[in-house]
Amino acid sequence: MSHHIIEIKDIEYMYPDKTKALDGLSLRILHGEAVAIVGANGAGKSTLLSHLIGVLIPSSGTVRIGDYPLNKETLTHIRRSVGMVFQNSDDQLFMPTVFDDVAFGPLNMGLPPEEATQRALDALKTVDAVHLKDRPPYKLSGGQKRSVAIASVLSMLPDILVMDEPSAGLDPYCRRQLITLLQSFKHTKIIATHDLDLVIDLCERTVVLSNGKIIADGPTLQIFNDDVLLQKGRLEKPLRMQGCPICKPAIR
Amino acid sequence: MINLHSRWMDLRRLDELAANDTEIHRLNPCTKIVTTAIFLIVVASFSKYELISLFPLFLYPLTLMNRAALPFSVIAKRVFATMPFVLFIGIFNPLLDHTPGFQVGPFLISNGWISFFSILLRFILAVTSALILVATTGMDKIGSALLRMHVPKMFVIQLMFMYRYLYVLLDELSRTLLAYSLRSFNETGLPFRVWGPMLGQLLLRTIDRAQRIYQAMLCRGFSGEVRLLRYNALAKKDIAYCLGWSAFFLAARIYNIPQWLGALLIGRY
Repeated sequence: MSHHIIEIKDIEYMYPDKTKALDGLSLRILHGEAVAIVGANGAGKSTLLSHLIGVLIPSSGTVRIGDYPLNKETLTHIRRSVGMVFQNSDDQLFMPTVFDDVAFGPLNMGLPPEEATQRALDALKTVDAVHLKDRPPYKLSGGQKRSVAIASVLSMLPDILVMDEPSAGLDPYCRRQLITLLQSFKHTKIIATHDLDLVIDLCERTVVLSNGKIIADGPTLQIFNDDVLLQKGRLEKPLRMQGCPICKPAIR
Repeated sequence: MINLHSRWMDLRRLDELAANDTEIHRLNPCTKIVTTAIFLIVVASFSKYELISLFPLFLYPLTLMNRAALPFSVIAKRVFATMPFVLFIGIFNPLLDHTPGFQVGPFLISNGWISFFSILLRFILAVTSALILVATTGMDKIGSALLRMHVPKMFVIQLMFMYRYLYVLLDELSRTLLAYSLRSFNETGLPFRVWGPMLGQLLLRTIDRAQRIYQAMLCRGFSGEVRLLRYNALAKKDIAYCLGWSAFFLAARIYNIPQWLGALLIGRY
């Protein structure tokens, strides 16, 4: 496997309505790293992820994925190596059955039907959703949809997994299953989330965004212990790192 | 209004039916498209005042619904939903065309009414056959078959996206209406003053959502080709199906089968 280093240099992005979403942001992510992107609503997390798969092209600055700079010519290649799991699974699942949806990527990569079928089956097996394969996606529960959405990306065998709010809307059991599943992946993982407890489980490195800028980038636990920084990023210490108010009530 | 959500789930029944596996579903999609097209041309080619000779053509949709195990209610409901259009098209015929057609007991039926019912029948035949085509084939297979038949890619993609986004639009609409109805008490229907803002909202939100779906497709390598896992190759039974039905359609077009059957009955007894 080639080493997929993600390198973002001084990117800026302005939405057509002139809101500046990213403001001179630079980031380097190494092969096999699991990085969390955290920050307040509107800090630029989703916009940043959109740049990694070329959904958005920066107004200035460069994005490099592996050996390729991201531009119109390399887009197809980059989208093969970067798999994006969208925030809303309903946007991602558009085929009439789960199986067709998971096989959509491999077929578009030009694989013969037999191989695409095998890939789709393997991916469904990984997320433990083979039994859903003939169901229409819009009739699944939230957790099932998320699993299938992940499978639809895994079937393309990406090197880098990009996820936008993977645990949003999942019940505690599904959320735990998702965490266990993601822990088993060897991919480079980039996860934008508000679920800081999930970050402790999955990512050794955390990047804090605020107003389109990186205000901190470092080891997860170190960042979550910095109260001033968390407050600046409009975050709160993960629940697991807060004293339990029931077992040990604060002394007044 | 809350009912709309269940309606929208119901709308997708056609896609679910298309995933069934019957002998009609297994036919090559090109065959089904060509046969449907021939059927439509034959139906459209009848003269304006033709009524009785249209009836034998109902054999085609009825046979297909039966062989493909399509629930009658699902198709009928959709045909009725499109009925207002044809009523507007045909409603002026009885008003404008008063030439006497034929007499039933004391009633004189004008040609206007005959042409009106002729339009109605032809409309039912056409819509039913199109619905059956979608319900036995599925839109993705229709798309790939059209590409194989060398229909320009641009048209096929337009068609496929229109079908896909229609659902997106209805989904957004059902949620918007639900949100509205939950906060508007004692109101039945949608007052005229909120139509503007609501339609505007709906359009913007649909465009946004359609954009995201399109991005998701691009992220998974969509390039305008419609690739499928299963493709049923053209077999002998496909050719037999197409030729058999076409022969029947032509026979129904050339000979007035009900009249002929009637003559046969009267002649014999």
